[in-house]
Amino acid sequence: MNSNATLAVEAHGLVKSFGDKRAVDGVSLRIPTASICGVLGPNGAGKTTTINMLATLTKPDAGTAEVFGHDLLREAHVVRQLIGLTGQFASIDEDLTALENLMIFGRLYGYSRRDSKRKASGLLEEFELGDVANRSLSTFSGGMRRRLDLAVSLVSQPPLLFLDEPTTGLDPRTRTQMWQTIRTLVKGGSTVLLTTQYLEEADQLADNIVVIDKGQVVASDTPDQLKRSVGSSSLHLTVKDAANSANAAQIVQRVLNTKVQLARACELIAPMANIDRLTDVLTTLRDAGIALSRVNILQPTLDEVFFALTGKRSKDREKEDN
Amino acid sequence: MTYSTVMLAAEQPLKNRVGIGRAISNSCTLAYRALLKMSKNPEILVDFVVLPVMFTLLFTFLFGGAISGSISNYLPIAIPGVLLMSSLTNCTTAGSKLREDANKGTTSRFKSMPIARIAPVAGSLTADLVRYAVGGTTVFTTGYALGYRPQAGILAVIASILFMMLVAWSLSWVFAFISMCTRTISTASAIGVVVMFPLVFLSNAFVPAETMPRWLQYLVLHINPLSGVVTAVRQLLSRGTLGPEFWFAGFGILVILAVFIPLTINAYKRKA
Repeated sequence: MNSNATLAVEAHGLVKSFGDKRAVDGVSLRIPTASICGVLGPNGAGKTTTINMLATLTKPDAGTAEVFGHDLLREAHVVRQLIGLTGQFASIDEDLTALENLMIFGRLYGYSRRDSKRKASGLLEEFELGDVANRSLSTFSGGMRRRLDLAVSLVSQPPLLFLDEPTTGLDPRTRTQMWQTIRTLVKGGSTVLLTTQYLEEADQLADNIVVIDKGQVVASDTPDQLKRSVGSSSLHLTVKDAANSANAAQIVQRVLNTKVQLARACELIAPMANIDRLTDVLTTLRDAGIALSRVNILQPTLDEVFFALTGKRSKDREKEDN
Repeated sequence: MTYSTVMLAAEQPLKNRVGIGRAISNSCTLAYRALLKMSKNPEILVDFVVLPVMFTLLFTFLFGGAISGSISNYLPIAIPGVLLMSSLTNCTTAGSKLREDANKGTTSRFKSMPIARIAPVAGSLTADLVRYAVGGTTVFTTGYALGYRPQAGILAVIASILFMMLVAWSLSWVFAFISMCTRTISTASAIGVVVMFPLVFLSNAFVPAETMPRWLQYLVLHINPLSGVVTAVRQLLSRGTLGPEFWFAGFGILVILAVFIPLTINAYKRKA
């Protein structure tokens, strides 16, 4: 056992260029065993390229990385025995049934026919796909395909899982299911590295969030610390009668003890550090006889995160690229 | 949901290389996958039946009278040629399945797994042997319907089909390599056709070389390796013997495999 035994991933200064473009430009990561690391970034930030390097698909131009203490380049085949990868694009076969798909991967990992079948059936039950095990994938919904694709990664029970944007394109209900699945995995002792474009997702799942932009790490912290540096969510209130808005602003200001901004004649915006206070705001407004037409609590968007961290809006970043 | 716990303290010792046994079993699993996919879409096999029937009818009826005086005289010349042409047409598309996998993300997953690097390519190309077998059988069946009775009998027919399957399998590594070096499937199959047509028609596949001008005869008989393949099959079917052309073709197959297996695997590792 060496000193890195508690780290699932340790990467130093990974670099990968495609032509002139440096897709990944010196990324360093440390992921403790049995934790979830969320890599957050916009499209083209270098998230997938980073995962592809760590999963031994592409060789880094510079930098080093170890997976459970095994060097990515010198011991690539050992690393492959320790990881599972679920990419952005489903890797399962449309023509085959769910059971056949899983069994083929079981066979590839060296299990006997019987063991492959046993493992495949077990996974299908766990992923609530038991009823459709023998159905062709062409009848599957997007969410079912994603679940099956994730199940394929679990055939070998790998201690480290890479999930590249596991919920992109899923409806909210399926997304929540997927989150639950990922949490259960980590409870079983797996380490997960997942990429996402959504701050909310990283916040929900990750123990640590690494924000990357243009191939570089711009922040690496716990979700709470990160949100603190970015700013909290905000309350958006629309009063029915514009004449009440000044009065309403005073009340919100008093209850939340913060500055309130008047966005339009009847819309108020206030930063909201503690969502629990929403009830107080609403009851006080009702007691004062002020009717509302709309209430929203908005999380900071990825764009706002980047603005807070890099001081640039995404439009400016695009301009710089051109 | 309950997930069985992970095997962090690995059940089996971690190895840094794939043994030959594992490479073969991985390739077989992936060949099985390709066959399973084929069996779900049996209509794709129609291609491998229709084309050989068409080639056989077309060549014998069009050229039979002109080249050999009659259809029945031409059949022993044409059948080995049609066999070669239909096998080759089938193997020009060898790389397309691999490319489909690459576009979908299956290749990425394979590459992240502890399987032999050769397995996805070898599996896919080996499963194609079924296509060549179907094609070859169709050629002989059509020939039989037209009155073709090879002197050396049914065993020679089976041997010819097996021999041509081996030739097509080895050439499919070349076409798979080409397809991995090109950007799109359509470019790859266009190159396949451009390579295949001169090779087939500038050979003795459909026309006896003796009728050609001397320089062309030299090109056909001594430069184009496919003429040897056709001659070997003709000899096998008419006399039931394995001539020098057969052994020369066997040697050629070994050379092609020795060169193109490493090249194709390397291209697969880098590109697909």
